[in-house]
Amino acid sequence: MADAVHGADLTAWVQEFARLVHEQRDVLTELDAAIGDADHGTNLDRGLAAAVSALAAESPTDPAAVLKTVATTLIRTVGGASGPLYGTFFLRASGALGEGDGAALAAALRAGVEGIAARGKAEPGDKTMLDALGPACDALDEALADGRPLDVALRAAAEGAARGRDATVPMVARKGRASYLGERSAGHQDPGATSATLLMEAASTALAGRS
Amino acid sequence: MPVGLVVVSHSRALADAAVVLARGMLPGRELAVEVAAGDVDGGLGTDATAIAAAMTAADSGDGVVVLMDLGSAVLSAETALELVDDDVRERVVLSPAPLVEGLVGAAVTAAAGAARTQVAAEALRGLAPKQAHLSGGQAVGGG
Repeated sequence: MADAVHGADLTAWVQEFARLVHEQRDVLTELDAAIGDADHGTNLDRGLAAAVSALAAESPTDPAAVLKTVATTLIRTVGGASGPLYGTFFLRASGALGEGDGAALAAALRAGVEGIAARGKAEPGDKTMLDALGPACDALDEALADGRPLDVALRAAAEGAARGRDATVPMVARKGRASYLGERSAGHQDPGATSATLLMEAASTALAGRS
Repeated sequence: MPVGLVVVSHSRALADAAVVLARGMLPGRELAVEVAAGDVDGGLGTDATAIAAAMTAADSGDGVVVLMDLGSAVLSAETALELVDDDVRERVVLSPAPLVEGLVGAAVTAAAGAARTQVAAEALRGLAPKQAHLSGGQAVGGG
């Protein structure tokens, strides 16, 4: 029987995501300066710091409530396009989170990623967050289907995200501010795919040791 | 009650000025216009929770037409639809019209008591007079 994923695990995930984004803030902003409007790192760092504070203040224990708090805080505080996109991810994941084991978490992540695709009207290969998150969900589902424990499956998901992130470098952007650059967006790593990889790495770290 | 309007912009100053311009077309007329613009700190940005609150405030039962600027304003307006009550959501129209021209057309039509589909259609035709004028008087379709 797989371990349940508790609200505290999800809080730890968001705290680790916030820590990684804070650490990588300038890298994210530099990537965004090359093909966007140079605010991805600062916007996301501000939003995630607010989300961590909101979780500390409200201390929700129900897993879906944790994700809902994160969603509304990001929506309110991020400001740029990553606010509604990450906000929709956590909102849809919250709504889809069933009984909390690994399979439920995977289903919630998939629902969140589908929410991002619907919100951004983006497809794989458009040089967006989806190019990291799609491969991450695929790797997670595949590992769980093979009977791997949750922590191993989440490590596979993080590696899938990193491969997807690296694959955005030669892509031509078709969504967001970067799409204004057309062919000139090729040769740059997508900042959204980069932060999305941190999201999956944070999940792997926060849930290490879980079966 | 007339249809309510919501103006969504990255900039509070831009949204407020657009509302002043539109209200200038309606001396002495009542119109519910809510603004959701700028980020939480007053900088450039959009906030879907503020947009959701504005949608709810502008709705008096006959619905709301939302005009927005670009980029994340559109994503935030769509996200706001996930945050409002079901009955409000059914009465909200997100307009693809240009912000200033669309708002002026929508305001005049809404103040005249038109239904929200008519208000939204008039917003969408907002560019037509300018297009017709600058194309040498030839008729140009809206949208």
